[in-house]
Amino acid sequence: MLEADNLECVRGERRLFTGLGFRLEAGELLNLQGRNGSGKTSLLRMLIGLLPPEAGEIRWNGVSTKAQGDEFRADLCYLGHLNAIKEELTPLENLLAAAHLADEELSEDDALDALEQVGLAGREDLACKYLSQGQKRRVALARLVKEKRPLWILDEPFVALDTAAVDWLTGIISGHLQRGGMAVMTTHQQVKIPAGTIRELRLG
Amino acid sequence: MFRIIAAVIGRDLKLAMRRQADIVSALFFFIIVVSLFPLGIGPEPDLLRKLAPGVLWVAALLATMLSLPRLFADDHRDGTLEQLALAPHPLGLVVTGKVIAHWLVSGLPLALIAPVLGIQFDLSADALVVLTGAILLGTPALSGIGAIGAALTLGLRGGGVLLSLLVLPLYIPVLIFGAGAVDATVSGLGGEGHLSLLAAIAFASVGFAPWASAAALKIALE
Repeated sequence: MLEADNLECVRGERRLFTGLGFRLEAGELLNLQGRNGSGKTSLLRMLIGLLPPEAGEIRWNGVSTKAQGDEFRADLCYLGHLNAIKEELTPLENLLAAAHLADEELSEDDALDALEQVGLAGREDLACKYLSQGQKRRVALARLVKEKRPLWILDEPFVALDTAAVDWLTGIISGHLQRGGMAVMTTHQQVKIPAGTIRELRLG
Repeated sequence: MFRIIAAVIGRDLKLAMRRQADIVSALFFFIIVVSLFPLGIGPEPDLLRKLAPGVLWVAALLATMLSLPRLFADDHRDGTLEQLALAPHPLGLVVTGKVIAHWLVSGLPLALIAPVLGIQFDLSADALVVLTGAILLGTPALSGIGAIGAALTLGLRGGGVLLSLLVLPLYIPVLIFGAGAVDATVSGLGGEGHLSLLAAIAFASVGFAPWASAAALKIALE
């Protein structure tokens, strides 16, 4: 269960939001809406602990995330604007390195399977600098295929994807919610997630 | 704990191998700067022997500075640094891995080539051994202290110059004891004392600097 209480965000001189709170149970998705600059990404960065809130508290399973530290981060999967892939490494090496660094078990077969699902079969041994923007995004999203951590924080996951990939990703997120996972995401596109309870939060 | 350090070292070494131009250019910079001095000063063995420790060490500091700005900048630009900060272990361990990897690709090659360059300065065999030992012990400290500077200047415009201004003064103890070890050997006093101090500085900076860098990185990520 993820709870946010009375959050306040100040960037520079501007107060983006104040008194913001929500509660997210297993199997629920929080869809953040709002125009550009309304503080969606700031809120996500607050939730994952990279940006300390001006006021308020975020709790994971009833305990403040700040007090939990590593325990909270072990349950958290974050996908940001940036793909977090290395141009010099191949898609396969990127997936395996990301899993190792996050202290997760990922076998090479699982990684190959994930890359096949995102439509990168046959390109797993090609350095990522030779891939297109959309394909790089798919490499980043391939992390989600075998992801078992319960809380997903996704910042604009549908950007740069074609319609087939959007359908595939909604399926992945639905599956995650059905297994009792939670997700918080921002998107400007109209996307239908078939499973789970969808909550909407509008900023600004 | 060691698994995460090993994972970071493994990844950074693999990346360095795919980008060999970076390693080679810092090494060639070192070789060329050191080789210019005997050519400029002329064949005066006594003078060259006196100058050798200082010249080699200053060149080693500058060569290390060349690769420092990229220590965190690449990871910051492509978003990998965020993921490393969100991994379920202290960021200081990740930075320790990065510092060790940085030393392996930038400090170690300098130590290995230094005895060859020392011959140009007519150093004795004893002095060459001490020189190699001193650079071997001193360069981990350069990587460690440099990581703090690289983390503090991350994402700043003109960070490279600022980095030099921040880090080079902090390198002075390493320079003094590193060059002093070779000087003492040449003059017959023995360089053991200097080498012990260098080892102490190296251990302290590889042990503590990553945690200071991690604190600076967290501020840079806000």
